[in-house]
Amino acid sequence: MADYDPQIDAANPTPGDVEIQNYTINFGPQHPAAHGVLRLVTELDGEIIERIDPHVGLLHRGTEKLIEYKTYAQALPYMDRLDYCSPLCMEHSYVLAVEKLLDIEVPLRAQYLRVFFAELTRICNHMLNLGSHVMDVGAMTPNLWMFEIREDCMGFFERMSGARMHHNYLRPGGVHQDVPLKLLTDIAEWLDTRLPRLFGDAISLVAENRIFKQRNVDIAIVSREDAVRWGFSGPMIRGAGIPWDIRKAQPYDAYDRVEFDVPVGTRGDCYDRFMVRVEEVWQSARIMKQCLAQMPEGPIASDDRKVVPPKRAEMKQSMEALIHHFKLYTEGYHVPAGEVYVATESPKGEFGIYMVSDGSNKPYRVKIRPTAFSHLQAMDFMSKGHMLADITAILGAMDIVFGECDR
Amino acid sequence: MRAPAPRYATNDGIIDVATAALGDMLLDAQDKVGEVSLTVDRDRLVIAMEALRDTPGLKYEMLAEIAGVDYPERPERFDVVYHLLSMTRNHRIRVRVTTDEERPVPSVTGIWYNAGWLEREVYDMYGVLFTGNADLRRILTDYGFRGHPLRKDFPLTGYVEMRYSEEAKRVVYEPVKLAQDFRTFDFMSPWEGAEYVLPGDEKAAQPKPAAGQAPGAQSPVTADQVTRAHDSEKKAEPNAPEVKTTEHTGQTGAGKPHPGNLSHEKPVDPDVPSPDAKASSAENK
Repeated sequence: MADYDPQIDAANPTPGDVEIQNYTINFGPQHPAAHGVLRLVTELDGEIIERIDPHVGLLHRGTEKLIEYKTYAQALPYMDRLDYCSPLCMEHSYVLAVEKLLDIEVPLRAQYLRVFFAELTRICNHMLNLGSHVMDVGAMTPNLWMFEIREDCMGFFERMSGARMHHNYLRPGGVHQDVPLKLLTDIAEWLDTRLPRLFGDAISLVAENRIFKQRNVDIAIVSREDAVRWGFSGPMIRGAGIPWDIRKAQPYDAYDRVEFDVPVGTRGDCYDRFMVRVEEVWQSARIMKQCLAQMPEGPIASDDRKVVPPKRAEMKQSMEALIHHFKLYTEGYHVPAGEVYVATESPKGEFGIYMVSDGSNKPYRVKIRPTAFSHLQAMDFMSKGHMLADITAILGAMDIVFGECDR
Repeated sequence: MRAPAPRYATNDGIIDVATAALGDMLLDAQDKVGEVSLTVDRDRLVIAMEALRDTPGLKYEMLAEIAGVDYPERPERFDVVYHLLSMTRNHRIRVRVTTDEERPVPSVTGIWYNAGWLEREVYDMYGVLFTGNADLRRILTDYGFRGHPLRKDFPLTGYVEMRYSEEAKRVVYEPVKLAQDFRTFDFMSPWEGAEYVLPGDEKAAQPKPAAGQAPGAQSPVTADQVTRAHDSEKKAEPNAPEVKTTEHTGQTGAGKPHPGNLSHEKPVDPDVPSPDAKASSAENK
């Protein structure tokens, strides 16, 4: 201690320490945990997140612009390509918006079919999200088991519409085709046997798991006030403790005829959001069983021939049916001038369509309200003060799909 | 409402409460297609929005959406449309301000945090400016993008396209070159509202040759002057030179050697000795 000099010590109170500067790292745009093409510019203080600037738009395809150049029927398949994990729920908002402008009735069977398959879509979507969430925080097996369920759902969708992912099944006025009875009985059996077994097993591995809880409990807590100010919806706002579900509050189609519960979180953290989705899967199964019990026989689309094309067999017999078919597939139907905003409860939250019609056969403007925009925007405030590794848990619990976010 | 769209609380009385709360900030109020739309004064938008959020009986706590709409024929061509949601009253409302490329709209980021990105999107897509938004960057389009793509005067195909250049070893931007012209089909019925002249329709505008004849009157042509359809049939001579029959292959043209199929007319392949060449070389020996 002979060379100790108190003068130097006073000038530099912590000798030997390195001066640490914040550094900025780039996460994505191609990163498996980003669930798509998301670029996060993160500013870190050591391993603590100071600031996150999400860059979105890498999957921007100009859907809204393209729709302005298409007739109402041609624009429908674009909806499937928005949130490609829950395509039917995207179509749902669109057809409801067109129907609201047209003011046409939809037969009860079609309404039940829409609700039934929208709930199957919800299960399918949550399987992907829950599975990838647990994989992002380190568990492998549940994801594989949940993909098994997802594969079953895809099979059902293929039997419903002919396509595994981009169904193009709903139509303004109803649905495209009736489904075979065998499909409905198969789904009923699946709901009673395979889904509870596979999903119950998969969730039992993580729900009470110590490591999973360490990674999720108390991560990115969102208060009720913040959830409202940030415009959260879906499992994000329910996870924050607000029992807000558009299916319940503003029922559309046959949702007012079925019973289900709205699960809410208590702490508003990532674990709550995860568990809200888990419970939603069980509630969706409950809704589907009620649909099967209540679904009446009857037509599956409106009989308004100025909107819904006639059956093919009818076209072979009737000249008028043939003319209707030709006009509907070339000129399309004219939608009365006006504007509507129709929002439905997609698996990810409030998915809205703001549609402006000028009375022609093409929409003047379709604005798509993505669920991901308000959630991803809150990424900065949700991750502030958390560790770098928590980003994946926060993102996983948000359930973001870039087809819908970037449009 | 017959359509099965989401059903929320009734619109009755909303306009009255809004009129009382907003006063002269409210320029127009409509209740159409089951939805209430308010048009408010652009400069006092923030005060109006705060009133809509805080007034009892309105209580629109959440901002669901901000959308731009372009009407190029209007002097203030853009609509900025806010969709508000009241979860306590279970009601939705639409608030609209109009603006153009230069006049900025006050930002509502102070009231709703999620307005930040939504305003960025309207700026990106339409070029509407927002005062008070601290981070008004482009959001959906590419880094360095020019123009505002959702304006009605922006072409669907855009101006630039990009590709990976093997020579430059990077992504290059080039002006859009279309292999085929962009086609928009107008399927509007020609009997209602088509904006073009169909071939033959130009004759409709010409003066009638039979002057003095009232429109819709009987034809002045007498029965003798009319050329009947079967008259011309009688005069018609069969002018086909010969009867077409195919009884043997010579009449169909089948089996005739195609001129290009002969071996001496084929291009010479130096690697394959042709049968003629072999014959000639044998002769030489």
